[in-house]
Amino acid sequence: MNIDSKKSLSLVLLAAGCFGIISALALDITGSDFAFRGALLIIGAIAFLGGLYFYPTEKHHKAIINIIFLFPLLFCFVVTVIIPFGLGLFYSTTDWNGIRMTGFVGLSNYKAMFTEISFLWSLIITVLFVIINMIAVNVIGLALAVLCTSKIRAVGFFRAAYFIPNLIGGIVLGYLWQFVFNNVVLNWTLKLFDYNSSMLSKYNTAFFAIVLVYIWQYAGYIMMIYITGLTTVPTDVIEAASIDGATAVQTFFKIKLPMIASTITICTFLTLQSAFKQFDVNMALTNGTGSVNFMGQYLTNGTQMLALNIYNTAITKNNYALGQAKAVLFFIILSIVSIIQVRVSNKREVEM
Amino acid sequence: MVKKFTVLDFIIRVLVIIIAMLVLFPFFLIVINVFRNANDIVSNPVSVAGMSIEKLMNNLTSVINNTNFSFWSAFATSAIVTVFSLVLLALFGGMAAWVICRNKTKWSAFIYMVFIASMIIPFQVVMLPLISTFRDVGKFLGITMLQSFPGIIFAYLGFGGAMTVFILNGFIKTIPYELEEAASIDGCSPEGIYFRVIFPLLKPPIVTVTILNGMWIWNDYLLPSLMLGHNGKVKTLPVAVQAFIGSYVKQWDLILTAAFLAIIPMIILFLFAQKQIMGGLVDGAIKS
Repeated sequence: MNIDSKKSLSLVLLAAGCFGIISALALDITGSDFAFRGALLIIGAIAFLGGLYFYPTEKHHKAIINIIFLFPLLFCFVVTVIIPFGLGLFYSTTDWNGIRMTGFVGLSNYKAMFTEISFLWSLIITVLFVIINMIAVNVIGLALAVLCTSKIRAVGFFRAAYFIPNLIGGIVLGYLWQFVFNNVVLNWTLKLFDYNSSMLSKYNTAFFAIVLVYIWQYAGYIMMIYITGLTTVPTDVIEAASIDGATAVQTFFKIKLPMIASTITICTFLTLQSAFKQFDVNMALTNGTGSVNFMGQYLTNGTQMLALNIYNTAITKNNYALGQAKAVLFFIILSIVSIIQVRVSNKREVEM
Repeated sequence: MVKKFTVLDFIIRVLVIIIAMLVLFPFFLIVINVFRNANDIVSNPVSVAGMSIEKLMNNLTSVINNTNFSFWSAFATSAIVTVFSLVLLALFGGMAAWVICRNKTKWSAFIYMVFIASMIIPFQVVMLPLISTFRDVGKFLGITMLQSFPGIIFAYLGFGGAMTVFILNGFIKTIPYELEEAASIDGCSPEGIYFRVIFPLLKPPIVTVTILNGMWIWNDYLLPSLMLGHNGKVKTLPVAVQAFIGSYVKQWDLILTAAFLAIIPMIILFLFAQKQIMGGLVDGAIKS
């Protein structure tokens, strides 16, 4: 194709693109319900980009390609993350009901959630859940990694076996474990202790049950990362230690553990993030139920963690603005805790 | 040198076997109980008594033919959504990561920073405004963004974009720039450089991000349940399982069979691509 025909093709496409976009916008603004205005807009945009692509210019070609390459993903990202995030911050200070808002209420949504005792309860048990899991999942994951890096047969099979719970979505896991707790474990406790009540029926044992399921699901994944960390520890260092007469336990605590400090940072960060956001298992296993007396009030959400509380506030109780305010607080807590955690772990890495 | 079999080795061996049995126990329960009927399951859940192929067939047909569950439609929905999201994420994600990585301007640095910073945003913060934004965009464009395939795939591109760009960006940095210069001297256009030189080299990190995104998208519950709704015709597998179990409380034969059907595809995939899946997840975690 010569330059002239390229140029004319480009100009035709650019003109068509502009026409498509403008007429689609005009149709939209005038309120016409012409069904293909969306398609017209999209075709117009594509024609416009095509026109830019064929425009015979050496100088700007690279810039045009950059825009065309970046556009699709960035557009999706802005529409699904950035705009809703900004709107979310805004809606949390209004009386938004999911469809429309009538006015600002300032910080009263934030005030309301701190006087809501069931929310405070959710906040407390979520923090407790995160702390327990950060410790338990990392200790167990590391222990499994040590077992799976020792010289035994069929180690690949055991790694895969420990890892498998991670493949399955939280909803299915929750119901599966509901079966385990309500039928199998209940049968056992009935036979052994004559105790005829499911673990899931009381808030404290049900909380422990969620912790257990979470460890069961996540420890295998954390183990895989620790295995990678442990295998990067150079063997000559370990050999030197064993020549100096260090026992296996000493080698582990004095040499291996300090050398995988960065892996520990990654794993604690991952467990922190995912434990905070725990939703699916919580919903499927107990759906937040469990009665508890807290601050002189009788609550029915003994096992409802933060993510589920936000969901229930907005979707089930139809209180969108309040749910959004809770979500913004959730975001603030999560960011602060994550930053502190990474800072602290990084400092320890340097010291070692 | 033949190593002596010590007591410690023995203890380790017993320990790994016991832990494996504990971990796999719930799966064992599923597998034995899909071969049994409701009465047997409830009277003794941990038993192989009364297992038969007929009961399995019976359970499977009653779950698959259940109109509340509509297994095949849910399975197809999940498959379509996951495959399209993964292909487009790999394509657009690689293109965006390349542009961001190879342009040392303040704009590309800013876009990259926003992508990275967005990874800390929990889904709960955006989920409520997301629905209204999608409703408005859909109204504006005259296409349905909610309860439709394009809408949910669009959303997965948005939510998966940050991590995809992050991991691919880290890899593109390690590709020598001289390669691109050489191609450009030979008369290759910028788009040609990407698709002929860079894209073929991106295969390993693309496998990694595809696994990471794939596991998350296939198992995701909250986004499809909000975007597609429980009453709509389009339902992904996790949403369908939730709706099905919600309406058949305590019918453990049906519930376990539904869980079995939801688990099986992932397990089969895992058995085929075990090394890549485990390796890919670890690569992704270490990068982030």
